[in-house]
Amino acid sequence: MAILGLEEKEFFASGHRSCAGCGEALAIRHILKAAGEDTIIVMATGCMEVVSTPYPETAWELPWVHCAFENAAAVASGVKTALQTKGNTTTNVIAIGGDGAMFDIGFGSISGAVERGHKILYISTDNEAYQNTGIQRSGATFPFAATTTSPSGKVIPGKSQPKKPLPFIIAAHGAKYVATANVANLFDLKNKVQKALVTEGPSYISVFVPCIPGWKIDSSSTIDVSKMALETCAYPIYEIENGVLKLNHTPTEKKPIENYLKMQGRFKHITPEINAKIQQYVDERWKYLTESNGKKMFDTLF
Amino acid sequence: MSEKKVISGSDAVAQAVKLCKPKVLPMYPITPSTLIPEKLSEFIANGEMDAQLIHVESEHSAISALYGAYAAGVRTFTATASQGLALMHEIIPIVAGSRMPAVMVVANRALSGPLNIWNDHSDAMSERDQGWIQLYCEDVQEAFDTTIMAYKIAEKNNVLLPVMVCIDGFSLTHVYEPVIIEDQNKVDLFLPEYKPRHYLDPKNPKTFGAFAQPNTYFEFKEAEQEAMKEALKEIQNVHKEFATTFGREYGGGLIELINMQDAEYALVTVGGTTGTARMVLEELRKEGKKAGIIRIKSVRPFPKEEIIKATKKIKNLGVIDRHISIGSEGPLFTEIKATLKEENTKVAGFIAGLGGRDISREMIKKAFEIIEKGEEGVWLK
Repeated sequence: MAILGLEEKEFFASGHRSCAGCGEALAIRHILKAAGEDTIIVMATGCMEVVSTPYPETAWELPWVHCAFENAAAVASGVKTALQTKGNTTTNVIAIGGDGAMFDIGFGSISGAVERGHKILYISTDNEAYQNTGIQRSGATFPFAATTTSPSGKVIPGKSQPKKPLPFIIAAHGAKYVATANVANLFDLKNKVQKALVTEGPSYISVFVPCIPGWKIDSSSTIDVSKMALETCAYPIYEIENGVLKLNHTPTEKKPIENYLKMQGRFKHITPEINAKIQQYVDERWKYLTESNGKKMFDTLF
Repeated sequence: MSEKKVISGSDAVAQAVKLCKPKVLPMYPITPSTLIPEKLSEFIANGEMDAQLIHVESEHSAISALYGAYAAGVRTFTATASQGLALMHEIIPIVAGSRMPAVMVVANRALSGPLNIWNDHSDAMSERDQGWIQLYCEDVQEAFDTTIMAYKIAEKNNVLLPVMVCIDGFSLTHVYEPVIIEDQNKVDLFLPEYKPRHYLDPKNPKTFGAFAQPNTYFEFKEAEQEAMKEALKEIQNVHKEFATTFGREYGGGLIELINMQDAEYALVTVGGTTGTARMVLEELRKEGKKAGIIRIKSVRPFPKEEIIKATKKIKNLGVIDRHISIGSEGPLFTEIKATLKEENTKVAGFIAGLGGRDISREMIKKAFEIIEKGEEGVWLK
């Protein structure tokens, strides 16, 4: 179905094996639409690779390459450099990986590739855990979320650490365009992808993508949960363009975090005390972002 | 015009790589292979070579970027050693399984535990099951020549497997010998431009690196094994063509036989150890001993038939391994025994040269004595 303002042409064919309501599949579909046909996708191992390329089938109508889990950025740097040696400087190269692939195991790979300055767009589809291997905790897991390796036990109530600030870390490398996006706002996602692709040098986008089995939510609630992440400021969307931070969504009335937590099974163990801690965590980060809004945060290098 | 120069093994490899015109060079420094990327960097910085270096942040990313560049359809090169190769391990079988005709020079160096920077074969031998052709070199000229042959072998349509050119760390990488550097036009004729059948192209989108389930994975591995059988033939074909074009040859490309015509007992060697063994053999021959040497150049594919043929008249054989499969024995020893299971040849296994321990003439002499008597092999140290 054509949505006004979004590309009609599809590059991610239907019939792939993702869960109904998969946030990541939705994000991928619209990232590809935004990028257009002169694009090569490099993908890390993860759900999307598994559900979309069971040999000899493929859902990809763009050139697509996968190698391993932690090296999408390094593979992309090989692809990009090879294209340059052939005189092709225009084809988009996008490296996509989940939060495990980009925040954790591929952190060295993305850091090295960004430092080298290749004109590549790196995207992390962030569903806040190693969902493909069975919902294990990652560096991007939301604090106090229950995963299979950070379960809600009698002593430890889920994940004990905050979320790794990968977008800021990439911005601190000197990248000229860094953003966070959310599948509840596909126009915003599209604009960000297109902006990133015309940026000089490296660019990075984290996309908030709910995981149906991982978050223990109903397959019909992907967009509701995503919207609530925006309204509670659990996952604020912003851009860091030329080092200047710009908030892209400020709720007219910031909703209590409880509204977001109670929608998801991964937070069902949250007591009022822990809820207060999470509220504090969200408030502090939101305060930092609002205070930084419009300010130059990082020097750019590319 | 070709020219003769006294250069190091690393320099010779870099010169050969330059002549092969790879376009993308993902490089990470490690002793003792690092002189190769240093030289290539100089070529590029001076405009003598039209290629792009990628200064990756690890060997893991070096092999990953190499994978990406091959997927995008260009010839590449990288070099590494020891821990670097071990860090690449995860991607090594993916490059082979994806049938990318990559060439990598491994400056053989011991694996850590404890740390050691000197030569043995534990790094490359530990990767021998991962689908890469492995060609070992004895001297600097051979390192130069094998690098050029490697691209041609790898890129054969019936092969399409990556090649590790293995040269002994320090004792080849850092040794200066006279080398004939071939003429570019001659190399261009021998090794034409790389033209892959499949590559990432927005005008003709294809999927690379798909997920294979139990119903298809097995056939992928079977195809690699078949390609290795083809490689046995193509290594010899390419070697023959190389010998005709450039006038140098190394056995038939798979194994080199030294004084084997009338030999009654023989030693199997790999790489630079052969040089010392040749000197010992010369002495033994002067003493009237009917000894010989079989140097294995191609460890993968393993030239079984050639070894059986070469040992038909041999009563006693010995194998020097510069690597130990801890808990078992030297891997070449194991493979030679398996190869000769139907023959009446007694095989002795020797472990030598671990972590750069010198393999002296005395040690090799001792090995020959043990082989001659048909006794059990020992650790030479």
